[in-house]
Amino acid sequence: MARILAVDDSASMRGMVAFTLRGAGHEVTEAENGQLALDAARGSVFDLVLADVNMPVMDGIAMVRALRTQDAYKGVPILMLTTESHTEKKMEGKAAGATGWLVKPFDPEQLLATVKRVLG
Amino acid sequence: MSTVDLSQFHKTFFEESLEGLDAMEAALLALDSGQTEPELVHTIFRAAHSIKGGAATFGFADVAAFTHVAESLLEEVRSERRGVDEKLIDLLLHAVDCLRAMLARSRRGQPVADADSEALRAELVRLVGGEAAPPAPAAAPNAASVAGWDIRFTALPHLLQSGNDPLRLFRELQQLGRLEVLRAVVVDAAPAQLAELDPSQCFLGWELRLHGAVARADIDAVFDWLDGDCELAIEPVADVTPAALVAAPPLPVAPLVAAPAPKVDPGPRRIRASAAASADGGSIRVSVDKVDALINMMGELVITQSMLSDIGEHFDQSQLERLREGLVQLERNTRELQESVMRIRMLPIASVFNRFPRLVRDLEHKLGKQVRLELHGEHTELDKTVLEKIGDPLVHLVRNAIDHGLETPTQRRAAGKPETGTLRLEAYHEGGNIVVQISDDGAGLNHAAITAKAVQCGLIRPEQELDDAEVAALIFQPGFSTAAQATDLSGRGVGMDVVRRNVRDLGGSIGVRSQSGKGSVFTIALPLTLAIIDGLVTAVGEERYIVPLISIVESLRLRPDMVRKIAGGGEVFHFRDAYLPIMRLHRAFGCAGAVTDIERGIVVVLEEEGRRVGLLVDDLLGQQQAVVKSLEAHYQRVEGISGATILSDGAVALIVDVGGVVRLGQQRSEAA
Repeated sequence: MARILAVDDSASMRGMVAFTLRGAGHEVTEAENGQLALDAARGSVFDLVLADVNMPVMDGIAMVRALRTQDAYKGVPILMLTTESHTEKKMEGKAAGATGWLVKPFDPEQLLATVKRVLG
Repeated sequence: MSTVDLSQFHKTFFEESLEGLDAMEAALLALDSGQTEPELVHTIFRAAHSIKGGAATFGFADVAAFTHVAESLLEEVRSERRGVDEKLIDLLLHAVDCLRAMLARSRRGQPVADADSEALRAELVRLVGGEAAPPAPAAAPNAASVAGWDIRFTALPHLLQSGNDPLRLFRELQQLGRLEVLRAVVVDAAPAQLAELDPSQCFLGWELRLHGAVARADIDAVFDWLDGDCELAIEPVADVTPAALVAAPPLPVAPLVAAPAPKVDPGPRRIRASAAASADGGSIRVSVDKVDALINMMGELVITQSMLSDIGEHFDQSQLERLREGLVQLERNTRELQESVMRIRMLPIASVFNRFPRLVRDLEHKLGKQVRLELHGEHTELDKTVLEKIGDPLVHLVRNAIDHGLETPTQRRAAGKPETGTLRLEAYHEGGNIVVQISDDGAGLNHAAITAKAVQCGLIRPEQELDDAEVAALIFQPGFSTAAQATDLSGRGVGMDVVRRNVRDLGGSIGVRSQSGKGSVFTIALPLTLAIIDGLVTAVGEERYIVPLISIVESLRLRPDMVRKIAGGGEVFHFRDAYLPIMRLHRAFGCAGAVTDIERGIVVVLEEEGRRVGLLVDDLLGQQQAVVKSLEAHYQRVEGISGATILSDGAVALIVDVGGVVRLGQQRSEAA
């Protein structure tokens, strides 16, 4: 069981991710955009961050960049939830400091498999 | 097999997608009006992107495919490879409409794509320059015919800082086959002194051998996140002697069986649109401060309650004053709590107003008019039910204003007005009501056409002289529609009488002021809530009935000479140049002990959809706000009754459904 921060502006996607991870016994905090995620991350350290790329206010790339400047988040895995059609976005995410990505659309099993892969 | 039932997220997906489309439409209209902020394009792109992602995740393949093409086009706009012109905006607005329809059909579980969506999709594809590649399926593991792989993996110093961990990679590789570490090396860049070593940096490299018939793609999948974080060389094992193979211990069977790790079979997606649709009970999004206010109020109520129970436990006369204070406090708490609870159902009218920029744009193009739309008071809040039902009447009024009210640029110029007409929508609080005003600076109501039509319909006599207010009232008469109104926009068989009925159904009223050559103002007054009505309490025998104040024209005591009996036992009375049927409430509902002598009772004149009846009751007891309780929920539907309420003395009173009573009265007088 891990503490996971799920960031997505889409309530349905966020709901699906959070519901699936909670079902697997994880503790999930939800955030609607990068800025709110940073606020949540300031209060506590998560074991894993899952973040959408396209979000209003602050997008996922800027959020990763900001998180990586915090000592507590130097080595925390951060996965971008991205779409196949945006290969350059994956690389942009990597350059900002993301650990890896999960390609949308994914289903609950793929999500759990990827989380397991990161958390061991 | 999916362990998570995705259909539970469908409702949220539909709601947020429709919101996204609204935002997309608003941004497109802003672009159309010449605004150029890059954020507009981002908003449009983001909405399309989210819908695509959600649709693909939740199994709405047609929606995902359609949005995918639209997104590709938007990506070109976002990266400035394509300019924005009116044609593109038209196309994208059409795409918004199309997606709305597709989502609606998905929601109902109907086939999603139709001729319109397919034609539009084809056009978008052509514009983007060929079919954009659909999301590629994950590469199938290629048939492996190798005995093993040599992997040279050297971490770049920042590898750990990206959250990756060499140990994880080794674990994953081990899942594919037996992993042998041939050599671990410290890279040259490593600091010579241990004290200088930064623990967040990695200066290690490994030479690994993975034994077994592992597909190259599976190894690539393990390293896919490390692009840019390491140096990597993967080669088939060059020199595999039979001896080496024999020397290797038997391949562990279990990891091989579990091998297809990175790629998980998505499994069949279950689409249960019908279940989702039937579970759609309607939800409401409430801002946190409203909920906080409610909790706050609740806290105060608890304090008052404990204070009162404290008084109750050791009560004597000396505490009368404290008791009185407590009751005053309770009354205030109750009122505030009621207001807070009602506020939960209140939503800003912006959600209705936001439809109009698009509607106005479409009408401008269709009718060749120039319109400037002004929206005011979008944050004014209305009851959710009222909000949902006021949209159609407002659309009708806006259509009418542009179609009939505002003139063409040529006509306006001739009349000495600016070519662009102004249409103003405004919402504000006034007393206990919400007022919505639709005003235009057009030609105003056409007296001659309206009176001529009214004469033709038999509503007035040719020689009747009407003032402005009387002419204005005519347009709300049932069945009234001038020939000039029969355009494809307004002539939909829906007249102003329907608008008025819709407003009345919401407990509201509508009026119009018009000045020839200057324009018209339609004013709609709506109650803050449908849960409470202003009513007149009447007595009929032992019973009390509540009549909604809004429907009452006048109450009067009849003189014997005003009443006529007509064939069939019906009764009518003379009221302002007309004969109105009399409904005896005691007879309709079988009340014992009621006044049966018409001259001794009181007749309340009610109006509904332009029809009037007189309702005979014993007496008028006073005016009261009534909290409407559904009769259907507790008993069953009763013709002529819209609900029940509890009076201050605890007695139950029934609320008269004016429409139903008028219909009953009308049937009687027609039967008679």
